[in-house]
Amino acid sequence: MSMAASQKRSFGAFLWDYLTTVDHKKIAHLYLFGGGFFFLLGGLEAMIIRIQLIKPENDLVSAGFYNELFTMHGTTMIFLAAMPLLLGLMNAVVPLQIGARDVAFPFLNSLGFWLFLFGGIMLNMSWLFGGAPDAGWTSYVPISTTSPGHGVDFYVMGLQIAGAGTLIGGINFLATIINMRAPGMTFMRMPLFSWTTFITSVLILFAFPALTIGLFLLMFDRMFGTAFFDVSLGGNAIIWQHLFWIFGHPEVYILILPVFGIFSDVFSTFSKKRLFGYTAMVFATILIAFLGFMVWAHHMFTVGLGPVANSLFAIATMAIAVPTGIKIFNWLATMWGGSISINSTMLWALGFIPTFTIGGMTGVMVASVVADYQYHDTYFVVAHFHYVIVGGTVFGIMAGLHHWWPKMFGRILNEAMGKLTFWTFFIGFHLTFFIQHFLGLMGMPRRYWVFLENQGLDLGNQISTVGAFFMAFGVIVFLINIVHTAVKGEKAEADPWDGRSLEWTIASPPPHYNFKQTPLVRGLDPLWIEKTEGKGKMTPAEPLGDIHMPNSSFLPFMISLGLFIAGFGFIYQVDHNWAYSLLFGGMAITLVCMMIRSLKDDHGHHIPKEDLEGEAK
Amino acid sequence: MSHDQSLNPDIMPNEPEKATLEGKNKFLGFWFFLGGETVLFASLFGTFIALRHSTADGPTGNEIFGLELVFIMTMLLLTSSLTSVYAVYHMRNNDFNKMQLWFGITALLGIGFLGSEIYEFTHYITEYGFTFRSSAFGSAFYALVGFHGGHVTFGLAWLIGLMVRNAKRRLNLYNAPKYYTFSLYWHFIDVIWVFIFTVVYLMGKVG
Amino acid sequence: MAENTNSNESNPYQKQKKKEEMQKQLISFAMSILLTIIAFVIVITDMMDEMFVVPLLLLLAIVQVAFQLYYFMHLKDKGHEFASVMFYGGVWAAVLTLAALGVITWW
Repeated sequence: MSMAASQKRSFGAFLWDYLTTVDHKKIAHLYLFGGGFFFLLGGLEAMIIRIQLIKPENDLVSAGFYNELFTMHGTTMIFLAAMPLLLGLMNAVVPLQIGARDVAFPFLNSLGFWLFLFGGIMLNMSWLFGGAPDAGWTSYVPISTTSPGHGVDFYVMGLQIAGAGTLIGGINFLATIINMRAPGMTFMRMPLFSWTTFITSVLILFAFPALTIGLFLLMFDRMFGTAFFDVSLGGNAIIWQHLFWIFGHPEVYILILPVFGIFSDVFSTFSKKRLFGYTAMVFATILIAFLGFMVWAHHMFTVGLGPVANSLFAIATMAIAVPTGIKIFNWLATMWGGSISINSTMLWALGFIPTFTIGGMTGVMVASVVADYQYHDTYFVVAHFHYVIVGGTVFGIMAGLHHWWPKMFGRILNEAMGKLTFWTFFIGFHLTFFIQHFLGLMGMPRRYWVFLENQGLDLGNQISTVGAFFMAFGVIVFLINIVHTAVKGEKAEADPWDGRSLEWTIASPPPHYNFKQTPLVRGLDPLWIEKTEGKGKMTPAEPLGDIHMPNSSFLPFMISLGLFIAGFGFIYQVDHNWAYSLLFGGMAITLVCMMIRSLKDDHGHHIPKEDLEGEAK
Repeated sequence: MSHDQSLNPDIMPNEPEKATLEGKNKFLGFWFFLGGETVLFASLFGTFIALRHSTADGPTGNEIFGLELVFIMTMLLLTSSLTSVYAVYHMRNNDFNKMQLWFGITALLGIGFLGSEIYEFTHYITEYGFTFRSSAFGSAFYALVGFHGGHVTFGLAWLIGLMVRNAKRRLNLYNAPKYYTFSLYWHFIDVIWVFIFTVVYLMGKVG
Repeated sequence: MAENTNSNESNPYQKQKKKEEMQKQLISFAMSILLTIIAFVIVITDMMDEMFVVPLLLLLAIVQVAFQLYYFMHLKDKGHEFASVMFYGGVWAAVLTLAALGVITWW
């Protein structure tokens, strides 16, 4: 099984390697490219939306197509871009940060990725098969139950498959972080990114089942004639809203908590200081996760739950500002007095603080029930959530990519292009979305495909569209940067940033067994401790010995493919009987592959000690 | 710490399911999965509770539920929970044949439960014309109880697969965690059933 | 490895411990059956008012489930700390979900 990276391999072998890999570092690559692809797709949809809104009563797209555009933009960005990109970074970094050779469930890890990818493809297949979903990313009933065509069916099946993958990924990270930490790596010595990954996984575990059931009910109402949401048979439309937001609110913390971890690591690395208030940071994360489960109904203030429920949820929502504030101050205090180096990674982190603070403050504004009756369903809300999701999650992903790119791909991203990306994107972002607060306050409703002229909305929308082009330019520069770096980027050494945590103790990119000898951790920021008080490198915690590694497998791909085929069967059995063959055929593929996995012993393989000794240090 | 097949099957650790790192991971991961399943079933229970009076001129629970059958089903499933406890007891004593025997009894009881449930559903459909399209109550009832039934079906397939696969070899550190996670799954199914007979059937008769 | 293993002529301490464990599990099983019968009898004989029956039935169910979790699923044993934390996290999310959907029609 010796696969020296220097060996020239055919493209087929390369492809097969990635299709069957269970190595968390390669799965990270897959997540990043899969998520990146969908990010570009969602960005394209956003650009069409902004071009449509550049002037009053524009007729670039029809009302129906506009509905499909904003639905797919939201759904794609959240489920298929932001989350997979974060999962990619987690896969690439967390096992290294905790000193593990692999994740707890390598097979399931790969299954999680393929489920996500096939779910995403399923959702986007709707464009080719008679129209995309058009009921908004929230897919409220009865709009979604009565939406004609198969668009919403693709939404249901695509998200069901992708959601299962995410749930599996969450369980994998939980078990990994609990069981696979290196000797000495106690919980309170874990880097913040590992901590937030852990807490995020908890949120995934408890939030996604509610979505699973919501989608399941919607699927049965649309495809099999049940009456969960059919008021004429006693159904209740509010059930969907509750289930969706019981999932949906933790989901926004799933998007933001990991980047809190990324920024914590970035700030302490580039300020050359220990993270200020480490313990407070950990507990603030836990508190945000805990409170995050009890605030979902603030998305439903105008539904008419009544003053008692609304007040409770408003107070709980405002309470979240406290732990978040703790974090903001800790980041500022980490930089205070530090020896700060400003590069493209740090720029994203610095840009994040004011941007996210604005988003947080508008968040407290919309948390106020009375005021929310004014803001609800206007561009104010659109501005708010783009400030937190773009200003938080996207900035965080960009910071993380610049920070760990050398570790993941062995080359350092170009600094000049990195800075250009940041500045155009940052300026473009504020141009696009800051003005939207005011558009919303002036009464512009979200999700409308046109607006009338001379209502004070013309200039604002024009500015917003211009800003969107700046953002697009920034993204294109970043893509050029990736290609440039891959072709002739500067080769990275093991520790290009004078790092603090374990991932910087091994080669860039790391060997597939990560650590030749598991390191002994002596405290928080283990590498920094060794640099300042020790020999400058980690002390091994074990003698050199055989390393046990999991075997590659093609089954995760096949299991996901089976569900993908079965998804088409579910969608089309409404119209055609032949679709049942897809349904049963697809399920059969999945179940048979699961059975093979269950019944065939798979003990993994060992890398003998002699091979390890032979490899250059 | 690897699952070494050369390990003498005559000498097994006291908790063979957690003796390897893989076993430990499985044990933890499966408990977490059950935590997620709790939310999954809570969503179905919540839907059922919200819709249980929405019968829309169709049959109500009080009219159709027969508590005799539900009591028998409850006893079958509760007893199967105990038999799988016996199986794990023998697993920890490294008595493979007795473990297989008790798991076999568990499977039979599970099949009995599943048969009763199928009979119950066909009875509702043919006698009362009560389907998942009859009313929101019907949809919620079949969704909740059917989802549980689906879990039982999957569990039976899992158990039978395990027993057949390992019939010709003894207990080892590779298959012990598999048996143990199954037993956790089976108890969890029983936990859900306790709430189903309480909330759906008994409270349906009371309300 | 030697003292922590279990050959066919197993060490008497471990054997005794397992036996006691089994007894406890049998008692929990008997209790479960008893609680189930009580619940069914209360409903069949229609002996109490609805306001009283529903909370009582739920209480009986919760006690019975606790037996399952702690004795049958060994949640009381050592090494189950993370399992309990995560499982109860799920229970907490479940309670919130039930509260939301259960009271839809009240407010």
